Amino acid sequence: MARKVITLAEVRDGSLRNVSFEAIAAAKTIAEGGEVVAVLVGESVQSYANELIYYGADRVVVVENEKLKNYTSDGFSQALMAVIDAEKPEGIVFGHTALGKDLSPKIATKLNSGLISDVINVEEAGGNLVFTRPIYSGKAFEKKITTDEFIFVTVRPNNIPALERDESRTGNVSSLSVDIKDLRTIVKEIVRKTVEGVDLSEAKVIVAGGRGVKSAEGFEPLKELANVLGGAVGASRGACDAGYCDYSLQIGQTGKVVTPDLYIACGISGAIQHLAGMSNSKVIVAINKDPEANIFKVADYGIVGDLFEVVPLLAEEFKKLKVHS
Amino acid sequence: MNIFVLMKRTFDTEEKIVINNGQVSEDGAEFIINPYDEYAIEEAIQVRDQHGGEITVVTVGNEEAEKELRTALAMGCDKAVLINVEDDVEESDQYTTAKILAEYLKDKNPDLILAGNVAIDGGSGQVGPRVAELLGIPYVTTVTKLDIDGGKVTIVRDVEGDEEMIETSLPLLVTAQQGLNEPRYPSLPGIMKAKKKPLEELELDDLDLEEDDVKAKTKTIEIFLPPKKEAGRILQGELADQVKELVSLLHTEAKVV
Repeated sequence: MARKVITLAEVRDGSLRNVSFEAIAAAKTIAEGGEVVAVLVGESVQSYANELIYYGADRVVVVENEKLKNYTSDGFSQALMAVIDAEKPEGIVFGHTALGKDLSPKIATKLNSGLISDVINVEEAGGNLVFTRPIYSGKAFEKKITTDEFIFVTVRPNNIPALERDESRTGNVSSLSVDIKDLRTIVKEIVRKTVEGVDLSEAKVIVAGGRGVKSAEGFEPLKELANVLGGAVGASRGACDAGYCDYSLQIGQTGKVVTPDLYIACGISGAIQHLAGMSNSKVIVAINKDPEANIFKVADYGIVGDLFEVVPLLAEEFKKLKVHS
Repeated sequence: MNIFVLMKRTFDTEEKIVINNGQVSEDGAEFIINPYDEYAIEEAIQVRDQHGGEITVVTVGNEEAEKELRTALAMGCDKAVLINVEDDVEESDQYTTAKILAEYLKDKNPDLILAGNVAIDGGSGQVGPRVAELLGIPYVTTVTKLDIDGGKVTIVRDVEGDEEMIETSLPLLVTAQQGLNEPRYPSLPGIMKAKKKPLEELELDDLDLEEDDVKAKTKTIEIFLPPKKEAGRILQGELADQVKELVSLLHTEAKVV
């Protein structure tokens, strides 16, 4: 059944997030031949519209307003509801990002709709659209369907492949003017703490440290390796509890659940709660002094050794590889 | 101040998941207060101790959740409410739970509602914001700092590692992120006192809700475990050679770099 689906595109640090393109791909599957309309919301975001077309959106609707400079659930929900009123979609796809997680339940409630969060796969099976999502932070998975006609999902970054970028795609870009009022929460300031790093949830490579890193300074070689690989640094709960790094870096059942292409675990023993957050990574490398460490059970490749020797050597080798290729 | 905490009983984080007859088996599993809800409970206690008032901890579940409610009372909450849906609700989703909680809260005039930002089992993070929207009050998610000064509320929230400073006002719903506080353990006197604190049990009937009013909008059709990983390869030889081999394997075999 063809249905019209809208997606919310997200801009971060001056560029569209990959998950916005992945949401378009998911929307294409959900639309089953219907139209996919990408929505851009912000103070000045018109310039990103074409890129969304190149990634497969049939049309783009832009809502610009100075009150939408920073995300607030009140502001963005007014913008989205105006688009939904005008477009009357039968499906919605957001990224399962901080913004998507915060906004989607509000919109779903306004629409009196269900919401399937954190979807990693969309398929058509037996006449139904079936959505796969992790439960227990990836210790298990569930397949869900909606019992209403309306479909609303958020998609986890890095899981549903985006369409090939194609500059020959064309589509209409239109503006919708929305009066934004009564914002009950006001963003006074945003403090960037992730300037040097790549965002964990979207990183292709993650170098993570555990108790074996021993100190905050101990994370330096890991940062160096992550830099060489263009990746992000993460940590186990042990490392965060010990104060070696900020809780925002924590990976595990409490913390972030990640699925990068490459996960390098350094001095991490592999507690069940940590494994829940990373064991669905495509390739896992474990570096640990203890050959009996649990982490080796989920690792594709393991090196038994001192991370302070291995990690700098690895960084050197990857540098050489970069020079050669 | 009239404070409510939304709590969920979840599997312990160290539990392995076993599937029996298509369902996650609860046999012998340890249950805990959802870790993010513990931050919410701790914050509620600190707010009450500073500003006065009363904390009611509320859960939607079955009678098993009494244990976790008693733990919350032992930590310092004043009252507990169990909305027991075991006999009335067969299939529930976040829509169901939010609707029930909002129906309970709607005439309670809450000043502040706290919840975890996500439950570690279902992991959707929907219920808090849904409840706020149903009650018509603002919400702020993934909060790492909360300051209340009269009607003015100043918040720091975690946004994928960055920090947002937010100004808002009561009534308000916030969801707790790790780092908000260090949840206390129940003290022995706390545990003794908790036994005498009121724990009210309600059913859908008591909230004037019919099963149809809270009918789930989504349905789980299958639960499965991830494919078991085959044991990986432990590299051998001199450390420097192992490192060279690893880089080459990642490049040519795994093709991830």
